[in-house]
Amino acid sequence: MSTEIAARVRNEEWKASLTSESTLVRWTLIAIALGYLTLFLFVPLAAVFSEALKKGLAGYFASFQDPDTLAAIRLTFIAASLAVPLNLMFGVAAAWAIAKFEFVGKQILITLIDIPLAVSPVISGLIYVLLFGAQGWVGPWLAEHDIKIIFALPGIVLATTFVTVPFIARELIPLMQSQGREEEEAALTLGASGWQTFIRVTLPNIKWSLLYGVILCNARAMGEFGAVSVVSGHIRGLTNTLPLHVEILYNEYNAVGAFAVASLLTLLAIVTLVVKTVIERKSAPSRATQDAEWRMQPGSPS
Amino acid sequence: MEDAARESIVSIQVDHVTKRFGTFTVLDDVTLHVQTGELIALLGPSGCGKTTLLRILAGLERPDHGRILLHGDEVTERRITDRRVGFVFQHYALFRHMTVTENVAFGLSVLPHAQRPSPGQIRKKVHDLLSLVQLQAMADRYPNQLSGGQRQRVALARALAVEPKMLLLDEPFGALDTKVRKELRRWLRRLHDELHITSILVTHDQEEALEAADRIVVLNQGHVEQIGTPDEVYENAATPFVYQFLGDVNVFHGRIAQNETVPKETHRQPPAERDSSDEHEVTFVRPHDLELSRSRTTTTQLEATVRLIIIAGSRVRLELMSKDSSQIISVELTKERYRELRLQQGDIVFVHPKQLHVFKMPGPSSM
Amino acid sequence: MALVLKQPSVLPGFGLTLGFALFYFSLIVLIPLSGLIVKTTTLTWQQFWHTVTEPRAMASYQLTFGASFLGALINGFFGSVVAWVLVRYHFPGRSIVDALVDLPFALPTAVAGIALTAIYSSNGWIGSYLEPLGLKVAFTPLGVLVALTFIGLPFVVRTVQPVLQDLDKEVEEAATTLGANRWQTFRAVIVPELWPALLTGMAMAFARSVGEYGSVIFIAGNMPLKSEITPLLIMTKLEQYDYAGATALGVVMLVVSFVLALMINLIQWWSGRRHTAS
Repeated sequence: MSTEIAARVRNEEWKASLTSESTLVRWTLIAIALGYLTLFLFVPLAAVFSEALKKGLAGYFASFQDPDTLAAIRLTFIAASLAVPLNLMFGVAAAWAIAKFEFVGKQILITLIDIPLAVSPVISGLIYVLLFGAQGWVGPWLAEHDIKIIFALPGIVLATTFVTVPFIARELIPLMQSQGREEEEAALTLGASGWQTFIRVTLPNIKWSLLYGVILCNARAMGEFGAVSVVSGHIRGLTNTLPLHVEILYNEYNAVGAFAVASLLTLLAIVTLVVKTVIERKSAPSRATQDAEWRMQPGSPS
Repeated sequence: MEDAARESIVSIQVDHVTKRFGTFTVLDDVTLHVQTGELIALLGPSGCGKTTLLRILAGLERPDHGRILLHGDEVTERRITDRRVGFVFQHYALFRHMTVTENVAFGLSVLPHAQRPSPGQIRKKVHDLLSLVQLQAMADRYPNQLSGGQRQRVALARALAVEPKMLLLDEPFGALDTKVRKELRRWLRRLHDELHITSILVTHDQEEALEAADRIVVLNQGHVEQIGTPDEVYENAATPFVYQFLGDVNVFHGRIAQNETVPKETHRQPPAERDSSDEHEVTFVRPHDLELSRSRTTTTQLEATVRLIIIAGSRVRLELMSKDSSQIISVELTKERYRELRLQQGDIVFVHPKQLHVFKMPGPSSM
Repeated sequence: MALVLKQPSVLPGFGLTLGFALFYFSLIVLIPLSGLIVKTTTLTWQQFWHTVTEPRAMASYQLTFGASFLGALINGFFGSVVAWVLVRYHFPGRSIVDALVDLPFALPTAVAGIALTAIYSSNGWIGSYLEPLGLKVAFTPLGVLVALTFIGLPFVVRTVQPVLQDLDKEVEEAATTLGANRWQTFRAVIVPELWPALLTGMAMAFARSVGEYGSVIFIAGNMPLKSEITPLLIMTKLEQYDYAGATALGVVMLVVSFVLALMINLIQWWSGRRHTAS
């Protein structure tokens, strides 16, 4: 038996010398990669929870008793619950039009959808201030009719929506393009209506990407800082979302409170990543098997 | 002494090679000798271990047991670069960011400084190789601008550039369509006759092996079933597997009363299904070795009904159902013979084999 | 009339979905953005030029673009190593590490900002070790670099990783059978394949870093002329009701973003063209 193991080890070394690197190089590279990630990812992540629990569990949970914190949680949920469905409708509509039809200007539209990602969040907020602010174009008219957009909920929702517009569309477009339109055409020839085709044929094919798009969109909506910061006015208990509340607590030297709130947002981010990983495994079995094959390959570096 | 004489012309020697992946035995005690200048085909179904054997020869895999000798030197533990083998991959494995010229020159350009030819020499060599594979006009193209057949020729030129002592081809035409595949294997055969470089061609296509190779090694589940010239393996299959793998075949189960060796032109009734105990015999007849007649001429003929007639080019394939055993029998006729017989669906015909092969199989007849 | 705007299709819903998508996108994105451009036109050229070239603005560009560029370089190198290790090697915890690479995408920037500040400040986990070496990170331009490196971390990994994954192992074996050693194979066969993805990833990291606000403001110290990034300067002008000034700087940032987006598209077009028949 031990000779079997020895033989296998020799085989692995053999293979490694051909299309991989020596053990020393391999572990050096792994060490560099992990060192870098530790410095910039793992330590900050650990710091959030460590700082939040500095005064123990009691101190941690006390941070959530603050009515201003609860108001911030509520506002964040309201903003996300408006922005995400709007962007969901946009994402599905845009993906359907782009993936299932050929029309002039399609490529331009695909490029345009990414604009909100390319623009600085500060500018995303700025444009709404210029539009609806006191000195903005429609500002005087709004003031006349006593409608508040900037430094109020509508502004926060608008800025959040702007920043998260592309997320669901970006998940769906490449997937639906690669799936083509044969299945939908087949459904139509079998007598299904357009809506039935979408619900019974298209939707099952895109559900995992759709779900991930929604979750990512939600995480970004709840976590947006720069754009919301510009339009919110930072009125405690009224126009403060969770990320803005983190800033206020932090600037008031309430580190435990700031990190406790931050830990909520971090958990949200982690959940998002977990969902992403699970969905990737589910929706891309081909990649998983490819991975398995790679592992089955005798002597693949391990 | 005879051994020594043979040794001198044997250029590749595979000695009792065994290879396992996990618990799966891919190669089981394979022994094989390849003569210098020979073109050998490793033929077998997918998963039979033929590619693994090729990769072991190249040094891309290492055998668990056994030895590899090249020109009498043991190379089992030797690195790939010291073996001087040319390897042609099924999916070409061309460097897609390099032009055809750069691809072919690659092997020369990575030689150590001392051995590396001058740029002028490399250019000349690449030019010569490209004219050999008839691709001079494509020298500055990128692989994605070539057809599949052209790509494989570039891959071959690239492998030849380093002047390998042997050429290993792993299903080189497997990814091409039938027409190109036929052209290329004839072209490869001519090229081999010109260069006489010891070559091993891995394929699962029996036609390719029969047409291109000097000798064929039939592999099945990790062991060698038969080694022989194309004619030998086709006409004198050593095992039922070889018989079935090399072309279509009718299998008749049952005992045959007489001796095993069946002379050509036997007039014996293909045996009908019968019970048997611990050993049974199986008769193999190729579809084109069956003769049909409209009326019974001898008592040994088998009565059958025509179920299906397929006219495929110059040949006509028939599907018959035997009257006694309800077995489906396929028959291949020339068009002339078919016209003579004026066959139609539902006709009764009488079948008798011009040539057949009988194998003893262990166990009761159930296949 | 001869112009075909849309190829015929039996599938329904084209008008409805495209109409809604365009309407919504115009309302939320295009009209507000064009408002920014229109607003700039209310400035005279002198006003605009003065605003965008005043020393404080110039210093902020230098810091923003300089730190973003350095961050992209750092991520270019380390991101490639991470992608390589994740695709090629197996080690305990690999899949968790793989999943966590996306953290900067998902983590709110404010959280990243306070976390990085906490660990890189002089009494933080890492900062306390750097301080004796004379390295002050938090509240200095170096802090800006740290935050922007964090923000840009996933881009290079996620652009290089799939290319490495799809790299045909046979191509490397082919190089080996032709006599190339590992380093030659890496240089001549693998790097040319990775290059476009690496450039794309670095350009994306750079573009993202240039506009970054949330994670930087906590760690930067925000001293005018020293550690103040351009987005923060826009914010400051807004808080002082200097809408014209904020708009002018905003336009500069917007133009830079579009140029970068164009560059990224060009790189992708160029690398795509190399590998498809022309």
